[in-house]
Amino acid sequence: MANIEHAPAAMSGYDAHAGHDAHAGHDEHADHGKPHGFWGRWMTSTNHKDIGTMYLVFSCTMFFIGGSFAMLIRAELFKPGLQFLDPALFNVLTTNHALIMIFGAVMPSFVGLANWMVPMQVGAPDMALPRMNNFSFWLLPFAFTLLIGSIFVPGGGMAGGWTLYPPLSVQTGYALPMAIFAIHLMGASSIMGAINVIVTIMNMRAPGMSLIRMPLFVWTWLITAFLLIAVMPVLAGAVTMLLTDHFFGTSFFNAAGGGDPVMFQHIFWFFGHPEVYIMILPAFGIVSEIIPTFSRKPLFGYDAMVYATASIAFLSFIVWAHHMFTVGLPVASETFFMFSTMLIAIPTGVKVFNWSATLYKGSISYEPPMLWAIAFLIMFSIGGFSGLMLALAPADFQYQDTYFVVAHFHYVLVPGAIFGIIGGVYYWLPKWTGHMYNMTLAKWHFWLSTVFVNVLFFPQHFLGLAGMPRRIPDYSTQFADWNMVSSLGGFAFGASQILFPIIIWQCVHGGVRATDRVWEGARGLEWELPSPAPYHSWTEAPAYSILEHGAPMHETHG
Amino acid sequence: MSTTHPAHVDSSKYYIPHGSPWPILGSVALFCIMAGAVSYLNDWAGAWAFIPGALLLFGMFFGWFSTVIDESQHGVYNQEVDRSFRMGMIWFIFSEVMFFAAFFGALFYARRLAVPWLGGEGTKVINGLLLWRNYAPGWPTNGPGHVGGLSNGTFSVIPPFGLPAINTLILLTSGLTVTIAHHALRTGKRNVLKIFLALTFLLGFTFVSLQVHEYGEAYRELGLRLSTGIYGSTFFMLTGFHGLHVTIGAIMLTVIWLRTLRGHFTPTHHFAFEAVAWYWHFVDVVWLGLFIFVYWM
Amino acid sequence: MKTRKMKIHSRLLTAAASGLAPALFAPAAHAAWTLNLTPGIDQVSRDIYGLHMLAFWWSVGIAAVVFGFMIYSMVRFRHSKGAVPDTGLTHSTRVEVIWTTIPVLILISMAIPAARVLVETADTAGAQMSIRVTGYQWRWTYEYVGTPVKFVSSLDRRSDAARQLDSGIDPFSVPNYLLSVDHPLVVPAGVKVRVLVTGGDVIHSWWVPALGIKKDAIPGYVNEAWFDVDTDKLGTYRGQCAELCGRDHGFMPIVVQVVSKADFEKWLAQQEADLKKAPATAATTVTTALAAAPALDAAPAAPATAN
Ligand code: HEA
Ligand code: HEA
Ligand code: CUA
Ligand SMILES: [Cu+2]
Repeated sequence: MANIEHAPAAMSGYDAHAGHDAHAGHDEHADHGKPHGFWGRWMTSTNHKDIGTMYLVFSCTMFFIGGSFAMLIRAELFKPGLQFLDPALFNVLTTNHALIMIFGAVMPSFVGLANWMVPMQVGAPDMALPRMNNFSFWLLPFAFTLLIGSIFVPGGGMAGGWTLYPPLSVQTGYALPMAIFAIHLMGASSIMGAINVIVTIMNMRAPGMSLIRMPLFVWTWLITAFLLIAVMPVLAGAVTMLLTDHFFGTSFFNAAGGGDPVMFQHIFWFFGHPEVYIMILPAFGIVSEIIPTFSRKPLFGYDAMVYATASIAFLSFIVWAHHMFTVGLPVASETFFMFSTMLIAIPTGVKVFNWSATLYKGSISYEPPMLWAIAFLIMFSIGGFSGLMLALAPADFQYQDTYFVVAHFHYVLVPGAIFGIIGGVYYWLPKWTGHMYNMTLAKWHFWLSTVFVNVLFFPQHFLGLAGMPRRIPDYSTQFADWNMVSSLGGFAFGASQILFPIIIWQCVHGGVRATDRVWEGARGLEWELPSPAPYHSWTEAPAYSILEHGAPMHETHG
Repeated sequence: MSTTHPAHVDSSKYYIPHGSPWPILGSVALFCIMAGAVSYLNDWAGAWAFIPGALLLFGMFFGWFSTVIDESQHGVYNQEVDRSFRMGMIWFIFSEVMFFAAFFGALFYARRLAVPWLGGEGTKVINGLLLWRNYAPGWPTNGPGHVGGLSNGTFSVIPPFGLPAINTLILLTSGLTVTIAHHALRTGKRNVLKIFLALTFLLGFTFVSLQVHEYGEAYRELGLRLSTGIYGSTFFMLTGFHGLHVTIGAIMLTVIWLRTLRGHFTPTHHFAFEAVAWYWHFVDVVWLGLFIFVYWM
Repeated sequence: MKTRKMKIHSRLLTAAASGLAPALFAPAAHAAWTLNLTPGIDQVSRDIYGLHMLAFWWSVGIAAVVFGFMIYSMVRFRHSKGAVPDTGLTHSTRVEVIWTTIPVLILISMAIPAARVLVETADTAGAQMSIRVTGYQWRWTYEYVGTPVKFVSSLDRRSDAARQLDSGIDPFSVPNYLLSVDHPLVVPAGVKVRVLVTGGDVIHSWWVPALGIKKDAIPGYVNEAWFDVDTDKLGTYRGQCAELCGRDHGFMPIVVQVVSKADFEKWLAQQEADLKKAPATAATTVTTALAAAPALDAAPAAPATAN
């Protein structure tokens, strides 16, 4: 096979750097050992950059698919009266929009970024377990073939919402096993990906990079990976119970048999709440990289940031029932979950405050990555505030399952997670491609997205408070105005996203040559590598001097 | 394949394999398996796709592991790589623990909360009055609807101090034998190693066959089936998944044993052996949990 | 006041006679769109509203301070304006402590009232009557516990016709589109009413914003909630199913008709009379609807008529 004859080349590709200072000698050797052909380069890849690229391309595709589902949802909700979707199909779209966005867009893009950046940032040659790395990626296309395929089988796809609550979800027909197996595959992929990240970080850091000197993106990913390994198996268990309840007559969620539908909700949210932090912690990390760079000032309160992230992760395991305030839990447990949920505002606040303090007395310039990071700061906080309101159990009786919740989680997910990801891509793209991208276009992308994401989601707060339930294809006339506004914002936001792949495409195929450091204020090992980063990152552990020089500023100055 | 003899690699560097076909083949295999399962469950075209999938999966494992073993035998893996493997295995076992945690969680929730509530205990008095009158909550139970079980809706459970107790002894012993084997490996007593490793997986397979026998009785005589209410559900899902893990573990032990016959492993360098041993202790511990909370208490 | 009472009263009688509620409640037109939560019509809903506003204003306040500080820094320390970074400014235990403790205090100021209201909502003790609410795909059934009165409440015909794909009917021409039913739930004001919510097939959720009640209808389990509407809040209040329950989840609204205690008793008597007269009409639909659900005689709490 292709890679056989390329093997020796690969070897020399390694040895080529023996004894070199990591600065030198890369460019001319950069392409050594880069196998060719689709099979050799991609399908059998064990290279963290290639696999990272595949992850990113995949997640971008999924973002567009999930997004077009969202466009259909918004079009249906454009005005009262059923427009063009059968209610059942509407539920299928809602369910799969969420599943695709969460498991197909956000999580894989984070893994893609981890693949690219973690080895570069900790001074490692590659991910710790390269073959498994390839496995975790290649499970995904098959998983989503199953999931998206399930939409087209007779009877339609899963329509019980992404939360898959029984007994409703168990009423699903042919799609049920397909979707469940798809989730199993996604889970396996996430777990292997997470193991790889943890092991890379724990085992492959350059000498001298102690845990407490790691860049925050690495820190947040370390903690995220732990969350993933802890909760993905639980989700697998939960959906397996759905499967057996449906096909093999078990009674987990059937009261007559001594089970309880609510039991599923407990198991699901034990996964589900950590899951939502899985979708934000890496974004926290990205923002914590970007803000110091463009403030030309070390991250304020590095240690506090690390501890805050850890506390958020810990708390995320003991708040799950805040999604279940209306299921009729005993008051005592509702009180407990209300308080524990409110606590999360504190570490999160610490992060927000430290980011703000990093801006203070900085020297701030507004390149695209910074713009996205700042938008993240403000709009994530808005989502956080609504989250805090939801945490008050009695108030949640009114909010639960309304568009207020939809507004909440889109604020933390879209201008939160998605903006974080986009910002990260704009931050590291020149390092990946060796070219600068079209700054003007990128700024257009930013401003359009930022304006319209608010037009899209802010009115949903009003809708929710005015009493519009979520997951409905049609609504009463007093909800008409804001739904139309939201839909228009949605179309505009969606359309603006088309700029993103265009900008990336251009950047990959040319543009101003990027310097090694790319951004004046950038610190960290990845910037010590040439741009574009060589095919094999740190084949020699970076010399201590480089580490010192490249260390996050909190070290060189603090 | 990565079997390009990397003997000349200097193991001072972290070994990065180049292109490997196994992962993608593994994905294809799993996809076929699941396609087969879906088509079977949905009564479409039977599980035929399952067969090529299973074969491919087997081939994948065989190929992947022989590649790794080959590399390992050629001393490609330095200490750092070895450490990566160990960490990887530990975190994998942790994920397995969490998988079982989900089912144990279901068991405890059903026993301590759901069933009493159905019987109108605690804050749910109304349940008893309004929905499930004359249901006396308790454990074991197949619910107020007497789901499954024998024709009259009843069923009986497997007494802990028959086969289950014997099985407990078997697994505990096997945990001991594998430890002895490990010790023997470290002190270079190859024969002791071979004998006790063999004992270990033989005990493992004995355990599995006894479980199968026990399942047979449960289904035929006791009316204890997967469909026997919440008790049957939790019982068979927990013991079933555990049995599956024991089987996998025993197979892995067999592979390790064959490798020892081939003279693999050195007193200092035997990650594969330790990985399997850890895995075996893990299924051991899970069983203790099962014996106590499913069979006994 | 008196006349108003009379009107409602007469309406109710006719309503009971001809089961054609919506036509009568038509003059309510379309609720104007609102931006905020309803304060509701009983103590609990008002307390919830207070909590909501408390959290809202805290959020606004914090946002003003935090965002204000961010924006100040962003404007004041621009690279383009030659700002020089103070790279020494990397950490300060003192400020970390400050911005940890202040939020704690803010949270406590919300947690205490929240816990109070939570306990209040859970306290169904001393209910004077109970109504059993069962959610089905896709309609509600109401049973006045201790009386033979029980009926199915589903989306009214006009909304149902209009909501069909390309029905050609303009939703705006339908009064209370998707928010009106054939048989509304009739309840007395000034009486502590306990609702016993359960599900007949899948999970639903019985939500009436004005009452501050949202309780999931779990098949096989009963959830309790209660309300005690102020006597000056008579009128019609609307809600919807608030848990995805399948295809027509969006089409199983809830309409609560709050009447004076006296009118309620008349109405209830009328209902019982009708049931005796024509057990065929209302009753049959109910019995089919309730086929799945056990009988009620054992249920506790005397009906309002009893005291
Ligand atoms: C990225 C994902 C993400 C994140 C980060 C969060 C963050 C939070 N979420 Fe959110 N949430 C979701 C994703 C997320 N959520 C999703 C997807 C759902 C819906 C699932 C479904 O049903 O489909 C959901 C639903 C949800 C519910 C259930 C609503 C319902 O269904 O009834 C609740 C209730 O408590 C909640 C609370 C919170 C809280 C308290 C936070 C906190 O972490 C927020 C903390 C942040 C701040 C508070 C702002 C910054 C802090 C300061 C500036 C300091 C000072 C502030 C104070 C002292 C108040 N969320
Ligand atoms: C990370 C997760 C994520 C992301 C990124 C999004 C992104 C979006 N979401 Fe989603 N959403 C969820 C997670 C997410 N959502 C979840 C968990 C639910 C709950 C599901 C449930 O209830 O079970 C949900 C539910 C949900 C609802 C409620 C549905 C209901 O209750 O019935 C709505 C309605 O407006 C919505 C809208 C949108 C929109 C407009 C976007 C936009 O941001 C999307 C923008 C992106 C694109 C549009 C794609 C790119 C552009 C193109 C494809 C080109 C074509 C564009 C045009 C023709 C204009 N989402
Ligand atoms: Cu009933 Cu939703
Ligand atoms: Cu949550």
